[in-house]
Amino acid sequence: MTQSFRLENIGMINRNKKLSFKFNGKVYYGYEGDTLASALIANGVHLIGRSFKYHRPRGFFGAGVDEPYAIVQLYRNGETEPNIKATEQELFEGLEAKSVNCWPSVNFDVGAINNFLRIFLPAGFYYKTFMWPKSFWYKIYEPFIRKAAGLGVASIKHDKERYEHKYEYCDLLITGSGPSGLASAYAAAKNGAKVILAEDKSRFGGTLLTSEVNIGNQSGKEWAESVISELKEMPNVTIKNRSQVFGYYDHNMLVMSERISDHLPQTKKFHPKQRLWYIRAKEVLISSGSIERPIVFGNNDTPGVMLSSAAKEYLKIYGVLVGKNPLIFTNNDSGYETAIEFQKNGINPIILDTRKDPKSELVDEAKNLGINIKFSYVVVAAQGYKKVKSADIAKISEDKEQLGTVESVKCDCICVSGFWTPTIHLASQSGNKTKFKEDIDAFVPGTSKQNETTLGAANGTYTLEETLKSSFETGHKLSKEITKNDNKISFPNVIEKKSTVHDKFWCVPLPKGKNYKRFLDFQNDVAVSDIEIALKEGYRSIEHVKRYTTLGMATDQGKTSNLNGLQLVSKIENKVVPAVGHTTFRPPYTPVSIGAIVGREVGKHSKPTRKSPMHSWHEKNNAVFVDAGVWLRPRYYKQGDENLFEGSKREAKNVRTNVGVCDVTTLGKIDIKGPDAAELLNRVYTNAWLKLPVGKARYGVMLREDGIVMDDGTTTRISENHYHMTTTTAQAANVLSHLEYYLQLVWPELNVNVVSTTEQWAGAAIAGPKSRNLLQKLFPKSDVSNEGLPFMGYMEGDLFGVKARIFRISFSGELAYEINVESDNGNFMWEKIIEVGQEFKIQPYGTEALSTLRIEMGHVAGSELDGRTIPYDNSLEGLLSKKKDFIGKRSLTRKAFISEDRQKIVGVIPLDKKTSIPEGSHLVKDSSAPLPNPKLGYISASCWSVEHDNPFSLAIVKDGKNMIGKKLFVMSPLKNKVIPVEIVSSHYVDPKGERVRS
Amino acid sequence: MLHIKCPHCGMRSQNEFSYGGDASVKRPELGKEVTDQEWDDFVYNRKSLRGKHWELWQHLSGCRQWIKIERDTATHEIFNTLKANEEIS
Ligand SMILES: [Zn+2]
Repeated sequence: MTQSFRLENIGMINRNKKLSFKFNGKVYYGYEGDTLASALIANGVHLIGRSFKYHRPRGFFGAGVDEPYAIVQLYRNGETEPNIKATEQELFEGLEAKSVNCWPSVNFDVGAINNFLRIFLPAGFYYKTFMWPKSFWYKIYEPFIRKAAGLGVASIKHDKERYEHKYEYCDLLITGSGPSGLASAYAAAKNGAKVILAEDKSRFGGTLLTSEVNIGNQSGKEWAESVISELKEMPNVTIKNRSQVFGYYDHNMLVMSERISDHLPQTKKFHPKQRLWYIRAKEVLISSGSIERPIVFGNNDTPGVMLSSAAKEYLKIYGVLVGKNPLIFTNNDSGYETAIEFQKNGINPIILDTRKDPKSELVDEAKNLGINIKFSYVVVAAQGYKKVKSADIAKISEDKEQLGTVESVKCDCICVSGFWTPTIHLASQSGNKTKFKEDIDAFVPGTSKQNETTLGAANGTYTLEETLKSSFETGHKLSKEITKNDNKISFPNVIEKKSTVHDKFWCVPLPKGKNYKRFLDFQNDVAVSDIEIALKEGYRSIEHVKRYTTLGMATDQGKTSNLNGLQLVSKIENKVVPAVGHTTFRPPYTPVSIGAIVGREVGKHSKPTRKSPMHSWHEKNNAVFVDAGVWLRPRYYKQGDENLFEGSKREAKNVRTNVGVCDVTTLGKIDIKGPDAAELLNRVYTNAWLKLPVGKARYGVMLREDGIVMDDGTTTRISENHYHMTTTTAQAANVLSHLEYYLQLVWPELNVNVVSTTEQWAGAAIAGPKSRNLLQKLFPKSDVSNEGLPFMGYMEGDLFGVKARIFRISFSGELAYEINVESDNGNFMWEKIIEVGQEFKIQPYGTEALSTLRIEMGHVAGSELDGRTIPYDNSLEGLLSKKKDFIGKRSLTRKAFISEDRQKIVGVIPLDKKTSIPEGSHLVKDSSAPLPNPKLGYISASCWSVEHDNPFSLAIVKDGKNMIGKKLFVMSPLKNKVIPVEIVSSHYVDPKGERVRS
Repeated sequence: MLHIKCPHCGMRSQNEFSYGGDASVKRPELGKEVTDQEWDDFVYNRKSLRGKHWELWQHLSGCRQWIKIERDTATHEIFNTLKANEEIS
């Protein structure tokens, strides 16, 4: 295939590097520096897809970010990505792309029948047409729409690419490297300000690359290149191409997506594919330019109809002709620039100008070049199905209402210019209330809301000289305020062709007897007639019209359609455009890949992983790990091919018969110091703390102010004014914040300091009847007898030269101790315990055995303290001091909390003593009662009791105190189980608590 | 993302802080008799203001101090920040 639309001597592509690519399976060639769009047009390919609703043929409309049509499915390095704009995707060797939204193929598309049935598919067709009969929706409409609609297919494979996030601060962030961006960046950089200049395209310079202008005796392109190369050398300047600033958030935080590798066949080693920048800027200069507006006429969506500025860009940047027989349709001077470029390259265009007799340098130049210009002429309709073949044109009356005789002219493209719309998205996102500028028929930013200033065409300034002048000044002024430098720059001499006023004409009337579709929104197929219907049906607010018709709701967010939509509504409603107002601009300005938003925080990197100092020992000893919050904890230590049930049962049984050791490093630890430490504990915990002696530990429960249990744990008095608090693993961070809240805000008079020491201490619990024998061997110099270290006692000891803290506390109901050493000595401690414990048949146990042991002794934990239960529910009411006030006490007198049949914790055993009870099951009185079967309570935790060798569960049941001995049913609809059970005491092992004190 | 001036650390990003609710709520003194209504007002009842609002934040990933911030709930503009022991004027 030859590139028959490529010119020889024009463009900025690298002709030395030829690239091959595939579109819809067919091989084509282009050059380095092409976009997929320019390369396809060079090959004469104009049919690229089908429209969303009517499946009409779609070609190219723009040359960049504003493109509504040319959306493809991209294939790169074994991955696929939907919703890629061919006008933005740079060509690389081996690129593959396919059309979307067509089935079975772009040339024969079944959905195109919608086009011929379109009388049935007007505005609101989703709401109306598919409403009846209801069964049709599931069987016929929905499957059909699902198959036919959509803008590509998302990959369901794991994305191998890496995406990164970066946080940056700067003095000035400048969004766009056209004339205003370059001038302001240059002035600010010369003043020493820290500048970030972002350009969404691969080439810097914006319109300077395609305009016939002269700045300081250089062409616009040369001037842009010299400014950029100077900026690149400056250490205070960061310039980024392929980087779109897409969102303006609170407090001058902007987010930019940098496409680092999308233009390469594959991502380089150690490089990310994309990077998301969070930029906090002192000042933001919005230099995003403007986008050309279409003029609305019949069949204006036919491939070959495109923006005149796009035609110029394809020609001057890519050396590509969008047609060899072009028709230029314009209401202003910009169309002439495109026509002149065609003429200079040996192509004879025809200009249709809606104006009667415009006088300007550009018009004169076109006349002098001998270009065929028809004044007061319009395109009535494009003809041709998959590509423009001719245009129906006619003279238009002065009042723009009457068309003359319709003639046909042959052409292969129609380049439209309906004047320019400032790109105000970022300004609007910042909170700026926009204002309507009468002379350009468009909205421009109003008073700044945050620290943003809009420059140049984005601010409705369309002459180069004025743009450069105000941009130099703004860049200089804002940077001076920040850096206090005052380096003046001499303003270059600017030569540009003067334009005259545009014609506020935007929509060609229909000729008599013709019913051409005239499209406003090209991506969502919204035509003039759809807006007319919406208004006829009573929609008035532009926000409602938008949602009913889907105008501007496609992925291009109406970049080319919004203003013409507003013009139409204002015309029908007989209002001025500003009275209609515009819809809200929301980020992102352009689609951003999900990968970039997520960044590195995927899979196991979605949260940090915390490991105890003994982790590698656990690994070496076949621990099977479980996530406990952000911690990794051994669930059980696998022996041979035993499973979780067998392994945890073995471990728990060994604790009850011999001795076990468990890594409890993850428990939250808070160091509390100060003369008022006891008073703080007395207010935070529900029980009394003022008289706890030094060297003693106490179990405590803390509440939230609403009376709900927040956490439990033991706190030990290390010395007079020094306490060591433990919290559950899950609540450690919340408890610390809770204490800080009361100390800093509520009771600042208390002289206490709190600090987390969770990571400073490694902890090992040793539990079982032989634990004291083991302890004696570990601490031969200490008296660890029942008298020397009684239950809830504390002492310090010497563990083979390592300083250790020894607590006599128990979570398992057995005689048990907890040893803490500094984290660095954790592994030493663990290995010593295992080594010395051999003669007592010690085994390590994991969280599953830990659970079993605590459940069968009726000790509450996270599954009972779930943020819904009060002390009474957990049988902790004995810990509520009557003598003193504490956090949450007042709430415990609430009516629901003191009701006679209040829920309470109980034990549950299956009658057959065999069937395991699923956690989360409901307890009911009658298993065959009609639904909804009244629920009496729920199973909070289940285990296999190693003491009794049968299943045992804890449950929180209504009127629990009177339920002991009752027979109920456990129901688990999820597991389809109904189990007859008996309610027993929650203390299933050693109810008198003798073992812990033995 | 908000940019918050911690009175101890200076300007920091919102993701270093956690929100702590209405700063004007005062906890009844310990041991003091309060009516159900007073207690409910302290624990549950909050105004959902549009506009200027004094609120508590904790500089969780910084100095860990609780601070008071006067913020516009509609525009997110921050007018003032105070240390925990400074009274709202
Ligand atoms: Zn701070």
